[in-house]
Amino acid sequence: MHIDKDLIAASATPLVLAILANGESYGYAILKRVRALSGGELEWTDGMLYPLLHRLDRLGYVTTEWRAPLQGRRRKYYEITDDGRAALADQQRQWATVTRALNDIWPRSGGLRTALGEA
Amino acid sequence: METVESQIAEWRAYVENAPGVNGHDVDELEDHLRHQIAELNAAGLSPDEGFLVAVKRMGAVDGLSREFAREHSGRLWKQLVLKGDHEAERAASGWFETIIFALAAAVVVQIARLAAEAPDEEPTWLLRNAGLFVLPFLAGYFARRRQLDPRRWVQTAVAFVLAALVVNIYPYDAESATETLVALHLPVALWFVVAHPYMGGTIRSHERRMDFVRFTGEWFIYYVLIALGGGVLMGLTAAILEPTGVDVDRVAVWVVPSGAAGAVIVAAWLVESKQRVVENMAPVLTMLFTPLFAVMLAVSVGVYAVTGLGDAFDRDLVSVFDALLLVVLGLVLYGMSARDPSTSPEWMDRIQLVAVVSALVLDVMVLGAMIARIGDLGFTPNRTAALGLNLVLLVNLAGAAWLSLRFLAGRSRLHRLERWQTTYLPVFALWAATVVVFLPPLFAFE
Repeated sequence: MHIDKDLIAASATPLVLAILANGESYGYAILKRVRALSGGELEWTDGMLYPLLHRLDRLGYVTTEWRAPLQGRRRKYYEITDDGRAALADQQRQWATVTRALNDIWPRSGGLRTALGEA
Repeated sequence: METVESQIAEWRAYVENAPGVNGHDVDELEDHLRHQIAELNAAGLSPDEGFLVAVKRMGAVDGLSREFAREHSGRLWKQLVLKGDHEAERAASGWFETIIFALAAAVVVQIARLAAEAPDEEPTWLLRNAGLFVLPFLAGYFARRRQLDPRRWVQTAVAFVLAALVVNIYPYDAESATETLVALHLPVALWFVVAHPYMGGTIRSHERRMDFVRFTGEWFIYYVLIALGGGVLMGLTAAILEPTGVDVDRVAVWVVPSGAAGAVIVAAWLVESKQRVVENMAPVLTMLFTPLFAVMLAVSVGVYAVTGLGDAFDRDLVSVFDALLLVVLGLVLYGMSARDPSTSPEWMDRIQLVAVVSALVLDVMVLGAMIARIGDLGFTPNRTAALGLNLVLLVNLAGAAWLSLRFLAGRSRLHRLERWQTTYLPVFALWAATVVVFLPPLFAFE
């Protein structure tokens, strides 16, 4: 299934925030999680994740930290802040409103509600 | 494996050169790329294939660089970038455009001077309208460069026409104080009109507003440099021609105004075309002068706290204080515009806070003295304008001080501070416009 570019862009912020709300993470792991969650349907251009993460950092939704493991390359970790959680809650309300409206007007297939209810 | 390593190094070098991307970003991207390659190899792809797929998934570097640049527009101002062909072409065509607009401004200034019968006569309307002779061309220059749509052309033009009407319909008294105030505030108000085409009409965007702040600082520096060069040129010309008996002064009174007008456009062009080529000057000067000003301000606060402001306070001093506060505001703005917002507090931020707090204390003292004076002697146009400017600056600096305190305490992001300043910019524009539009009738054009 092809998902519209604008829709992917719009869902990117809540998705990333939601993933980080489950615990700190780094770029590649976040992207893997997005792929897993959407069953590979949400195809992001990998690189685009990083400007998004930097924006969240600038807005104060996440904090960052470079960490160097004993062996291997250093890596930048992202952790959600209280502001980020508030933004996520706000996003959830917005998406809930949109999906409710769509569910009301569309013939009931049940798919949409369950899919988004879990996210 | 050897070849993949070199391929990654090549890819890395290529991405590093893209505008808007810095070294840390590339570290992060490279880590991602390596992860992806490792995973693909584990799934059975050869190292080569893995590299190709991973790079493809990463996305085209152009698009990536654009996204990074959008997020970190400040970096574009600082980065040393090799120009592509496309860029060079634009700069070359920009040169011709610049000359046209600069010449137009220079000619209009001369026409106005002829109409005023300068230099024998210097009617006040000439000074009052000075901004209107030059800045519409700057606005037009940006409107063309940014390829504004007709609606935004009209919006910009309407602003200038309204300003021209207001400034010229009012019947000022002879030697009117309000007229002098208008002459001082109109260029400021019009400068904010130029912001509209500069930002391509997107005046709500805080990032573009910050760009305009950067532009203003760089423009000012280029303008001063051009003025210095022009001064040297005129001085040398006068010295060389003196023995021949040619009166250079009579030429200079014509050349200087035109040069000053044309330089406004040329300086803007320099900022535009050099924006990506050299390290900006404003941040460097800010780094240099913020500590010096912080010391000077702190000392002044100490001195005035001991001696009191009362007797020393007069009208000239108010202008000095206002100029000082404006400089502090400039230092704060440029310190911020040049800063990487993602880093944590540094010693520069602390020094800046010292400067801001000292300026605040001074401002409160000046305000107190000014209000006392107004209480004794009543409002005059000058006092009202000075009081207003002081209040506008006070609110701005108080907000800046509060937010940088929170930032230094780790309880707020630099982003908040930046937002505060970019949100506040229209207040300056509104105040300047208020002085131009409402102050003269309020004081019966005296």
